[in-house]
Amino acid sequence: MEQLNKKIFPNRRSVVGKLLKERQDMLVVTGLGSSTYDVYAAGDHNNNFYLWGAMGSAATVGLGLSNSQPTRKVLVITGDGEMLMGIGALATIAVQRPTNLTIVVLDNGHYGETGMQQSHAGKGIQLDRIAHACEFDYSVQLTTLEEIESLRQHIHSNESLNFAVIKISTENPPRTMPSRDGVHIKNRFRISLGFPPN
Amino acid sequence: MHTDDRNTNNWQGLVFPTLKACNIKHIAYVPDAGHTVAINAAIEDIKTTSVMLTTEEEGLGYLAGAWLGGERGALLLQSSGIGNCINTLALQSCGRFPLLMIITMRGDWAEFNPWQNPMGQATEAILKHMGVITWRADKAEDVEKLIRGAATMAFDGDSACAVILGQQLIGEKEWNN
Repeated sequence: MEQLNKKIFPNRRSVVGKLLKERQDMLVVTGLGSSTYDVYAAGDHNNNFYLWGAMGSAATVGLGLSNSQPTRKVLVITGDGEMLMGIGALATIAVQRPTNLTIVVLDNGHYGETGMQQSHAGKGIQLDRIAHACEFDYSVQLTTLEEIESLRQHIHSNESLNFAVIKISTENPPRTMPSRDGVHIKNRFRISLGFPPN
Repeated sequence: MHTDDRNTNNWQGLVFPTLKACNIKHIAYVPDAGHTVAINAAIEDIKTTSVMLTTEEEGLGYLAGAWLGGERGALLLQSSGIGNCINTLALQSCGRFPLLMIITMRGDWAEFNPWQNPMGQATEAILKHMGVITWRADKAEDVEKLIRGAATMAFDGDSACAVILGQQLIGEKEWNN
């Protein structure tokens, strides 16, 4: 299965590039590790908040943002390991039921940042089924690059709580690293929304 | 848990109105008996978003997200939940996000369950190790002013702040009921 995956699943950078195409005023939160590099590689943006730590927090940062900015689309892009560390947040999010939040899990079945050890997702745990059990409005698992465009359109044209696992190859592209200065990233994000830094 | 009415002096009823007066729009919480009145008031208030968490560190991510979106929130939790928050406090530290936590103590005084003691005894030290500014209320008359002052330092000074509500304030747990 793993050998097959490496061949057929799309490259993570291609997936994220397609997903963020014509992003408009969408707000994006990334999980630490490769997801942060992927989103930065697709183009730095004032409306990106990159996590470099606090593993397991990408989804909850996205939820707080969704609830405080209900008229904006919020997209969380994280990895399977990062999502697993905060998996209980799916229940918290489901109870809140924001209709402007999408969580995308880039699932290579491995902990890429620590040396490609296999993850629970790699052992067969299907995260989209957990989201489905939590009654997210829309929960899918995608395995091809062609499906990304329909997901992108769904996100932009629907008011719904979405969760998508996108199976990606274990290919590890070169790191492209955004600023690690959390205060800078926070302040430019807030300024972009019209709020002053303190 | 029943609180001892002789000790409460309605401090429980002051917590949520004090937070509201500090322009708090989001109350994230893990249920705790000592926070019952504030949690129920938050749930009933249509202008407040109340967020039930499965584990306390979710609240740190949530409140950082709410602040990115321009709004203030507070986290209500029991001292045992501080252990769950340790690594995630990097978010407040590295992003210099405001954080206001109201912590009800266990393992602090008149604690029947010794399994609460290890975390209870370590709570304040751990918070200080992680760069959280702390205040402790053991008397009802201190609760409102400590919360108000902590909110000022959290939201006007981008600091991580915690008000600790001691068990002498909360009252003895009645295990026979």
